[in-house]
Amino acid sequence: MIADAIARGAAVWPVAIPLIGAALTLLVRRSPRIQRGVMEGGVMLMLGASVSLLVRVARDDVAVMAFGGWGAPFGITFVADRLGAALSLVTGIVALAVAIYARADIRARRRKAGFDPLFLGMLAAVNGAFLTGDLFNLYVWFELMLVAAVGLVSLDRRPAQIDGAIRYAAMSMVGASFILIGIGLLYGETGTLDIAHLGVTLVGKEPTLTLGTSAFMLLAGFALKAGLFPLFFWLPASYHTAPISVTAALAGLLTKVGFYACLRVLVVVFGVGGKEVVPGIPPLAALLAAATMIVSVLAALAQVDIRRLLAFHIVGQVAYLMMGLALASSVGIASAIVYMMHTMLVQTGLFLGAGAIARAHGSYDLRQAPGLVRDRPLFTALFAVMALSLSGVPPLSGFWAKFVVIDAAFRADAAWLAVVALIVGFLTLYSMSTLWSDSFWGTTSRQTRVIRTIPPAMMYAMILLGACTIGIGLAIDVVFTFATDAASQLTHPMSVGMTR
Amino acid sequence: MNALYALLAASLFGCALYMMLSRNLVRLLLGLSLLATAVNIMLFLAGHLRSVRPPLIAEGTDTLRESADPLPQALILTAIVIGFALTVVLSALALRAYRAHGTLNTGEIRSAEHLGDPSAHEAGGDR
Repeated sequence: MIADAIARGAAVWPVAIPLIGAALTLLVRRSPRIQRGVMEGGVMLMLGASVSLLVRVARDDVAVMAFGGWGAPFGITFVADRLGAALSLVTGIVALAVAIYARADIRARRRKAGFDPLFLGMLAAVNGAFLTGDLFNLYVWFELMLVAAVGLVSLDRRPAQIDGAIRYAAMSMVGASFILIGIGLLYGETGTLDIAHLGVTLVGKEPTLTLGTSAFMLLAGFALKAGLFPLFFWLPASYHTAPISVTAALAGLLTKVGFYACLRVLVVVFGVGGKEVVPGIPPLAALLAAATMIVSVLAALAQVDIRRLLAFHIVGQVAYLMMGLALASSVGIASAIVYMMHTMLVQTGLFLGAGAIARAHGSYDLRQAPGLVRDRPLFTALFAVMALSLSGVPPLSGFWAKFVVIDAAFRADAAWLAVVALIVGFLTLYSMSTLWSDSFWGTTSRQTRVIRTIPPAMMYAMILLGACTIGIGLAIDVVFTFATDAASQLTHPMSVGMTR
Repeated sequence: MNALYALLAASLFGCALYMMLSRNLVRLLLGLSLLATAVNIMLFLAGHLRSVRPPLIAEGTDTLRESADPLPQALILTAIVIGFALTVVLSALALRAYRAHGTLNTGEIRSAEHLGDPSAHEAGGDR
């Protein structure tokens, strides 16, 4: 009876568990220790829920939950298809790594400032965005994500954090307004907000001015959230100010949700990759992707602060995702999905590694942090896995992710985009190698400087993520087959379609 | 009627954008909430201002005649609440920023930019 009810709500648990957890952590906020226990328990349960959801979706294709028994298109539904379930699982892994890492990084003072409820609230919002089947509901999750993230960025109440949080919040609110305008116009034209139903309604429609405006408003809003050129400047201006555990979680999750929304709405609703409702989206997306790649990698080369350097790489990696979408083919979309899973894990891992470097040296400044390879060989190996994976060295996940995207670009006759991606990939490798030679090799004039020990919790978190990137790299055929299935589920909305 | 509302929404958008271009943090805040209001009016318009009849089925019939669409109003209600919450959070941040920097001029609040600035020669290790 109860087991039955739990099974029926499979698509909701990855959202409901962290929300309940957030409320519980608020109740026990006087005791940081209990609060931490509740948060970690919530993250574990959420991960378990995501795993069982993925198993279920791999069997049944889709798990649906209609609130109040009002099915689509009348009520709000949660629809977990392959893409949503897989991303929810990756979110769980990222959350687990950050929760482990936080044992060493987030002390009682930060827990009292509300790290645990805000973190769980953000996770609920991220999973909500991945699993919802309703466009307006998606907007609501974006806003919840924003509020939680702003709280997390300004956790220490430092002036720099307040400044960063304002920049982040102001730009994101503008982006949210774009999204809301797009949703409003779309509703006015079609009279529905259910994403799958929107897709079915719009198939074969003539493009109208309203539809076009709506599509480009949504693209602008989601692109701002994803951090695409020319709307990414808020990201490197705010992410580096947050506590490093927070930056790692934001880096792995938030911009990817922005891209996920782009993917879901442009493919399912506007038919990119199939019969396009509004012409002209893929070429624009290709231009955005290429410009983002070039600008971000050049900006990254100029940085001396590890966090700022990596923040520009977040932007650069989202551009590869956009490139997959811009190809407007099923292979392109599948490659974007593979890349998304890879980059969520690796970006988080890199920021966690940056925090460990700063813990060892007492500074994020690359010029002050040489010589780790001699003193911390195990950590060096772990960080090397992340850095090489980001640069795209086989057999790690980053190589395959780049390979499938660039291969898809050649197949879709977008050779120029593939060439840009290859050049930028080379520059990414160069940027990673400067980081490497500065903080791991090299000698310092200040030999007296002590290198502190890196807490085991930080190492465990990095081992978890390192194992994932190696695992994806070794089992790439399984992952790619899954992503291909997920992509065909997206491009054929009828099969998910009118849910029952 | 529609044209009037459209004009209202457009002028609100214009005012909001003008306010947001200001360097004063409070004006930015007001601009953002004005933007939210403009979007809400646009959502209202998206429901079409065709009918004033409530969406109730008359006695003895089982189909809904020409009536007002209640959904955009529910959406606006949600958007108002969210916009209100965000404005409050941003006001708190603005107050904090004013206390920390002693100014509301966004041109002078640059502490996030100074953190790890590549053009600074010996950046102080933060943390």
